[in-house]
Amino acid sequence: MPVIVIPDKCTGCETCLESCPFDAIEFRDGKAYINEYCNSCMNCLSGCPEGAIIETEPGARNTEHRQSLEDYKDVLVFAEQREGRVVPVSYELLGVGRRLSDELGARLIAVLFGAGEPEAQELVKWGADKVFLCSDASLRKFSDDVYSEMLAKIINEQKPSIVLAGATPVGRSFIPRVAARLRTGLTADCTSLEIDKETGNLLQVRPAFGGNIMAAILCPDYRPQMATVRPRVMKRGEYDENRTGEVITVQIDSTKSRTNVLEFVKEVSEVSVNLHEADIIVAGGRGIGGEKGYKLIEELAEALGGAVGASRAAIDEGWIPYSHQVGQTGKTVNPKIYFACGISGAVQHLVGMQSSDIIIAINKNPEAPIFNVATYGIVGDLFEIVPMLTKKVREVKGM
Amino acid sequence: MNIIVCIKQVPDTAEIRINPETNTLMREGVPSIINPFDLHAIEAAVQIREAGGGKVTVLTMGPPQAETSLREAISMGADEAILLSDRAFAGSDTWATSYTLALAIKKLEFDIVFCGKQAIDGDTAQVGPETAEFLGIPHISYIRKIDEVRDDYIKVERLMDDGYDVVESSLPVLLTVVRELNEPRMPSLRGKMAAKKAGIRKMCMTDIGADENSLGLRGSPTQVRNIFAPEVRAERKMIEGTAEEQVDNLIKELKDIKCL
Repeated sequence: MPVIVIPDKCTGCETCLESCPFDAIEFRDGKAYINEYCNSCMNCLSGCPEGAIIETEPGARNTEHRQSLEDYKDVLVFAEQREGRVVPVSYELLGVGRRLSDELGARLIAVLFGAGEPEAQELVKWGADKVFLCSDASLRKFSDDVYSEMLAKIINEQKPSIVLAGATPVGRSFIPRVAARLRTGLTADCTSLEIDKETGNLLQVRPAFGGNIMAAILCPDYRPQMATVRPRVMKRGEYDENRTGEVITVQIDSTKSRTNVLEFVKEVSEVSVNLHEADIIVAGGRGIGGEKGYKLIEELAEALGGAVGASRAAIDEGWIPYSHQVGQTGKTVNPKIYFACGISGAVQHLVGMQSSDIIIAINKNPEAPIFNVATYGIVGDLFEIVPMLTKKVREVKGM
Repeated sequence: MNIIVCIKQVPDTAEIRINPETNTLMREGVPSIINPFDLHAIEAAVQIREAGGGKVTVLTMGPPQAETSLREAISMGADEAILLSDRAFAGSDTWATSYTLALAIKKLEFDIVFCGKQAIDGDTAQVGPETAEFLGIPHISYIRKIDEVRDDYIKVERLMDDGYDVVESSLPVLLTVVRELNEPRMPSLRGKMAAKKAGIRKMCMTDIGADENSLGLRGSPTQVRNIFAPEVRAERKMIEGTAEEQVDNLIKELKDIKCL
């Protein structure tokens, strides 16, 4: 372990226990011992009043491969297209990217494969200073090999400090290859990206441990700092009709793709379209107790003209089909109003819905974490509250 | 056909609770399981062997107790199992994990490498593609159906947000699989017997010829700075009273902000 206890200094006071978020400190023969759950977060170093817990080799991280960090300056966004059209998460990334590059006093670069000049100009209006565009029609079809090769080459030439991509099936598939090739870190599904004021490093926040808690991740010694962000987690930036930027044409790489897409079959489920487009979502969790509860949720959604969502607990119990799942392993939604009925509010669920404008939580347990993110909280029995709410909504709407 | 399945032993994250006072994880009594997506990877590998012959080897990187997950994989039909374990691997992020796994796989013969699409504790979905990159082989993510397998060719369906792609690849290839691919089998009685008797091959840092500077915490580009519970929304309003009063007040609030 990179963290050890000096037995002579340890007084066995157990103060350090609370400093460890990973439950990695145990007491053996009255002395602290760091077990294999240690994630090297170093929280315990300051958690010991005796200074008995130390890093085995301070700065033991291997920096042999470390790039000279000063050479890496800009922010680069990979803008993805499907069927020739830029996917919405790209505009959300440009919003974040613009903010980060302004803070760093750097340029915002976008990379676009398989779309045309008009799409590239749109990226400029959404905030890019420079767009590297390869409009070769063969790139409309996604290829891990060709995309990886071309993006890695642009990164090696442009040396951005930060690289952002959408956590879509495309981004999640080839961006890891790029990170492996560049020998750098990649943080998946970030929910917040900030520049650390002291060091200028990118502070990447994401859910950890199956979405039970949030973790702040750094990539201090390697560049670029790479992160993916799920669709609809971040807000779009400002669209400026008059913004100008440079579009640079890139030639297609001669790399031969070892995989080949023969055919794309479109198959969009009605449920997922509804969840993404609905202004109102009524979601149920473990508290709905079964199909009877599900019915109540459905009725309220119907009265409000909204869609039905669910937490993982309700899915796992088999009360609501998987396609309705909202959360880290389901869909990310941001409706105007989100009703959370009988949902306790595990981080795994919260990351999928907390950017909703208004969150209404209905739960029996006043301690449920869902109330922490709620705009309006009702402590009560959903079997009593929800049907009454449905009835009154119908009255208001004259239904 | 030689098939390798990479599996991970994970805490059953559905069972993890947070201590509300200290905001720390409570692991006590949380069972260790095979990552659920990896069960589908094992099933896919065993089905290919049943149809065309060959050998299925399961590989895991983890502490010594991960051996129980390897035995479980054998009970589902895997032929051999390898435990990749060394103190030097501790603290690996996805880069260092993939580097290590790839070195071990390179010591073996393989035509197809299977992984689950992601592990339920980390949820990154990065180790599969990164491992393929270190192996210098192509990969296809999110496989929901295998249409055709030949000695040097495979055709599969890849799940996308808006449908699916039909993708072909040369072999060797690495595939990451989603739940829709198959229904993992329950261990048979014969499988359970085999699992009990099976010898588990062990590999450590020196066996795979790893560069120590690229392993574990030392070799990991990313580091966890701290962990914390999500923030409380600032403008929260609790609506009190009887159920009827609560509902009436909520309706009034929603009308005031023109949401109803």
